[in-house]
Amino acid sequence: MEGQSIDREWKKGSAELLLLSLLEALPRHGYEISKLIEQRSQGALRFHAASLYPLLYRLEKRGWIQGRWVEKSGQRRRRYYRLTSQGRKVLASQRLGWQTFVEAINRITGVENA
Amino acid sequence: MPDWNQQIRTQLAGLNLAPAREAEIVEELAQHAEDRYRELQSGGATESEARRIALEEISGHELLARELRAVECTDVPEPVVLSAGSKGRLLAGLGQDLRYGFRTLRKNPAFTAVAMLALALGIGANTAIFSVVNGVLLRPLAYPDPDRLLTIFETTSEFSQASVAYPNYLDWRRESRSFTDIGAFRDNDFNFTGAGQPEQVSGEHVSASLWPVLGVTPFLGRNFMPEEDRQGAPCAAMLSYGFWTRRFGSDPDILGRVLTLNAVSCTVVGVLPRDLRFREYAQVFVPIEQWNSVELRTRESRPGLQVIGRLKPGVTIEAAQAEITSICTGLARQYPASNAGHGARVVRMKDDMVEYIRPTLLLLVGAVGFVLIVACANVANLLLARSTARKREFAIRAALGAKRGRVVRQLLTESVLLSLGAASIGLLLARWGTSLVLAAAPGSLPRSGEIGIDPYVMLFTLAVSIATGVLFGLAPALHGANANPQESLKEGARGAGGGRHRAEGVFVAVEVGLAVILLAGAGLMMQSVWRLWQVDPGFNTRNILTTQVALSPKVMASPAAIRLAFPQLLGRVAAIPGVRSAAITSVVPLSERNSEIPYWPGTGPQPAQDRTTSAMFYIVTPDYPNAMQIPLRRGRFFTDRDDLASPPVVVIDDVLAKHLFPGQDPVGRQISLIVLGPAQIVGVVGHVKHWGLDSDDAAKIRDQIYFPVLQVPDKFMSEAVAGLTLVLRTAPEPLSLVPAVRAQVAGPTRDQPVYAVRTMEQIISGSLAERRFTMLLLIIFAATALLLAAVGIYGVMSYAVTRRTHELGIRTALGASRGEIVGLVVRQGMRLAAIGMAAGLVAALALTRLMAGLLYGVRAADPATLATVTLLLGGFALLACYIPARRATAVDPVVALRCE
Repeated sequence: MEGQSIDREWKKGSAELLLLSLLEALPRHGYEISKLIEQRSQGALRFHAASLYPLLYRLEKRGWIQGRWVEKSGQRRRRYYRLTSQGRKVLASQRLGWQTFVEAINRITGVENA
Repeated sequence: MPDWNQQIRTQLAGLNLAPAREAEIVEELAQHAEDRYRELQSGGATESEARRIALEEISGHELLARELRAVECTDVPEPVVLSAGSKGRLLAGLGQDLRYGFRTLRKNPAFTAVAMLALALGIGANTAIFSVVNGVLLRPLAYPDPDRLLTIFETTSEFSQASVAYPNYLDWRRESRSFTDIGAFRDNDFNFTGAGQPEQVSGEHVSASLWPVLGVTPFLGRNFMPEEDRQGAPCAAMLSYGFWTRRFGSDPDILGRVLTLNAVSCTVVGVLPRDLRFREYAQVFVPIEQWNSVELRTRESRPGLQVIGRLKPGVTIEAAQAEITSICTGLARQYPASNAGHGARVVRMKDDMVEYIRPTLLLLVGAVGFVLIVACANVANLLLARSTARKREFAIRAALGAKRGRVVRQLLTESVLLSLGAASIGLLLARWGTSLVLAAAPGSLPRSGEIGIDPYVMLFTLAVSIATGVLFGLAPALHGANANPQESLKEGARGAGGGRHRAEGVFVAVEVGLAVILLAGAGLMMQSVWRLWQVDPGFNTRNILTTQVALSPKVMASPAAIRLAFPQLLGRVAAIPGVRSAAITSVVPLSERNSEIPYWPGTGPQPAQDRTTSAMFYIVTPDYPNAMQIPLRRGRFFTDRDDLASPPVVVIDDVLAKHLFPGQDPVGRQISLIVLGPAQIVGVVGHVKHWGLDSDDAAKIRDQIYFPVLQVPDKFMSEAVAGLTLVLRTAPEPLSLVPAVRAQVAGPTRDQPVYAVRTMEQIISGSLAERRFTMLLLIIFAATALLLAAVGIYGVMSYAVTRRTHELGIRTALGASRGEIVGLVVRQGMRLAAIGMAAGLVAALALTRLMAGLLYGVRAADPATLATVTLLLGGFALLACYIPARRATAVDPVVALRCE
C-alpha cells in the first residue's frame, strides 16, 4: 500500500522526465519503458498502460518524442519511440530543474548522502 | 489467447477517435497487454488471473479513457466510415471524401506533382485538340441560322465543285424558289491609292445580296443597295473593321469618304462588324458589277465566282438541289455551247469550309486520346504502388466495418480530385499549346480564328478529367479495397500481392503498345513530308523570289501602256545586282491559284462543250522558263517578237503533247483556245506540278498551255495582268533582294506596290502546311507517349528491383556476376516491353491504314518505319530497364540479407 502512494506522488511531478530520460540513449517501445521504470526503481515506481500510453501520446503530440512502427522478424510489429531534437532540449532543462529541486529538498530535509 | 483488440476497442468506444488512429492505439495497447499477460503467466499466474490483471492495468479503472480523451480530442476527425444509406449521408460522405482526399494529396507532394504533371500533359493535349475540333468542326458558323446557308457550285465533267459563271448565277437567282436569296462574291485585289503610301489591299467583289443572305449587319453605315450593284453605277465601298481601324484610325466620319481603288473613286458606305468571319483577309468590298470585265459577262468563263444561298424555312437541302439541277438542265438546253454537261451542287456552307480537314482532325483526336491513355496508365501505376503502401489503412477500415464500395468511392474521389487538379493545369497548357501550334503552322486550318477555349471546351475538359480520374483510379481502388484486413495487418507494410504486379505489367505493356502506334503514325507522316520534299516539281525551286505586282492605275488604263510597261519593269528589276533573270506570269504553280482554259485541236470551230478539254493556262513573258528553270523539250519559247503583229503562238507542256499528239511532233501544229482563237504550237516544255507535289498526278486537268503576254488581245489585257506575279531567279538568298525589288517595281510614279512576297520554297512549304501540321502534332504526341512509357517502365523496374533486393542479394552471395544480375532485371523489363511492342505493332498495322489518305510515297504498313519505331522504343525501354538493373548490381548481399 505504502509503495503505491509513493508511486502516485512521484509520478505526478516526474513522469515526463522519466520517459524522456529513458528514451535519451535509444528508441524504446511502451512495454519496454514500463519494465525499465519498474526495474531501475527496483519496483518502487510502476507505470501502467492506462497512464503510460496517454502520456506517450501527449509527448508525441508536443513533438518531444516520435513513434514509429518497426518490425522485427518473427515478432509482431511494435511502436518504438525516439527522442526528437526538441525533446532533447526539454529533457536537458527538466533535468536541470529536477536537480535544483532535489538539492533544495535535501538541504531542507537534511538528508546528506541520499 | 484472449482477444485483446475487442476488449480494448470496447474501452475506447466512447471516444469517437478517427478510425485509423483508433486502430493504431488498439494495436499498440493489445501488444502491451499481451506482453504483460505472458510475463504474468511466466511469473506463475493462472491464465484467467493473468488476463484479468493485464486488462485492469490497461483500463486503470477508466483512467485510460479519461487520459486519452484529454490527449486525443484535439485531433481532426478522419472520415467516419459510413455505409451509404440515405441521400443525406451520401452527400456528407462525399464532403468527407473530398476533405480527406485533399489532405492525402497534400501529404504526398512528390507523388501529387508527378501524377498531376503526367495527367496535365494528357488532359492539356486533349483540350487543345478538342478546342481545334470545336472551333473548326463543331461550332456553327457565326451567322444567324447558319445551317440554312448553302454553297452552290457548278459541276463540270472535270470538277465536282467548280466556280460559277456570273450569268449562270444571275439565272439561278432569278429562277430559284428554294432560297430566300442568293449572293455571289469573288476575291480581288485592289490598288489603293490617293491616301498616302499606295497599298495593295485584298478585297472582294460581292453582290448586293450577299450580306443579307449571310445575315451580316454593318457596324457603321449600311449594306450595298441593289442599284449600286449595277453596271455603270457610281462605285460604293465597304471596309472591314480591321482596315477601318488600321488605315483610318477608326474615324467615325468615314462614311461618305471617297477612296481610290484600282484608279476608280469609290464612296465608303459602310464598315463591317468587328467579329465578321467572312474572308478574314479581305479589307475592302465593292459591288461585283463594278468589276469591268468581259469575263464577268461570259458564260464560258468561270472567273472564280463563289455563290452562297440561304434556304427558305421548310425547304430541304435535297429539294434545293433538285430545283437547281432542273434550272441547270434548262440552261444547258438554252446555252449548249457553254453549259452542256454542266450541273450544280449544293453543299452546306460549313461542310464546304471544313469537311476536307475532318479526317485529319479525327486522326489527331485519336492520337491525342492515346496520349491520355498512356498518361492514365502511368498514373494508375503510381497509384497502385501507393495503394500497396496504404494497404494497412484500407485493411483497418475494412476491419472497422467499411464496405468495399465505400473504400472504392473514397479512392475514386481522390483520383478524380487529382485529375481535376491536373485539368486546371491542362487548360493553361492547352491555351498556350494551341496558340503555339497555330503559330507554328499558319494557314493549315480553316476557321482558325474561331479556335479558342469556350464553355464547351471547358465542359469537355471537365468531362474528360472526371472520366480520366475514374479510368486510372479504378484498378488501384479495386486493388486497395480488396485488402484482406487480417492478412494485411499481419504482413505489415511489406505485403504486395501478385495481382498488383500483373496489373503493373499490363499498364506498362499498354503504354508501350500505344507509344508504338503513335510513333508509327508520326514516322509515316515524317516520311510522307520528307518524300514530298524530294518530289521534282518540274522546275528548280531554289533561289526564286515571287511577288505580286500591281501596275500603276495610269498604266492599267490602256492595254498599249500595259504592253509597254512590261519590258520597262522587267528591265529595271533585271538590272538589280543578284537577279539572274526576271519574268512575269499570271499564275504561279503550287500557289493555290489557278486558271484553266478550254482548248481543242486544229483551227475549226469549238466542238460541243462536253467534248472539249481544259488546260492550265499561263500568260507569261519570254524569260519565264529561264527564271523557273523549266526545261525546253522541243522547239522554242517566246521572244519579244511574239506580239500582236505576229501570228498567235503557244507553248505546251509534255503532258499535253503526249495527250494530244502521241508519238508525233507537236511543234508547228495548231490548237484553238476558247475566246482567244487558234494558235500555233512553237515549243514543248516540261510539265510543272501545278496542283501540288502530291496531288498533281491525280488532278483532272494536267495539260498546260503558255501564252505570250504581248499577244493578249486588248479586251482581255486588264484582267490578264490583274494580280500578275513577278518571278525572279536570284544568285543570293532571294529575300535579301526584296528592298531593291520594291524600289525598282514602284517605278517613277511610285504607285506600283509589291505584295505577297514569298520565295518559291515558302510557297512549297505552304502547300504542305496541312501535312506538316499533322506531322508536327503527331511527333509531339508520340514523343510525349514515348517519354511517359519510358518513365512507366523505369518506375516498375525500379520498384521490382527494390522488391527483389533480398533475392538479388542471395544470388550475388551465391556468385552471380554483375552481368548476370543486369541480364536478369533487364530481361524481366524487356519482356513487358516486348509484349507491348508486339501488341502495338499489330494495332499499328490496323490503325495506320486509317491515315492512308494523308500519306505520300509510303505505305501505311511500311516495314522500314515499323522497324525503326520498334528499334527506337526498344532502345528507350532498354535504357529504362538498364538504370534500375545497374542499381541492382550495387546490392550488398550482406545488407540485403540483413534487411529480412
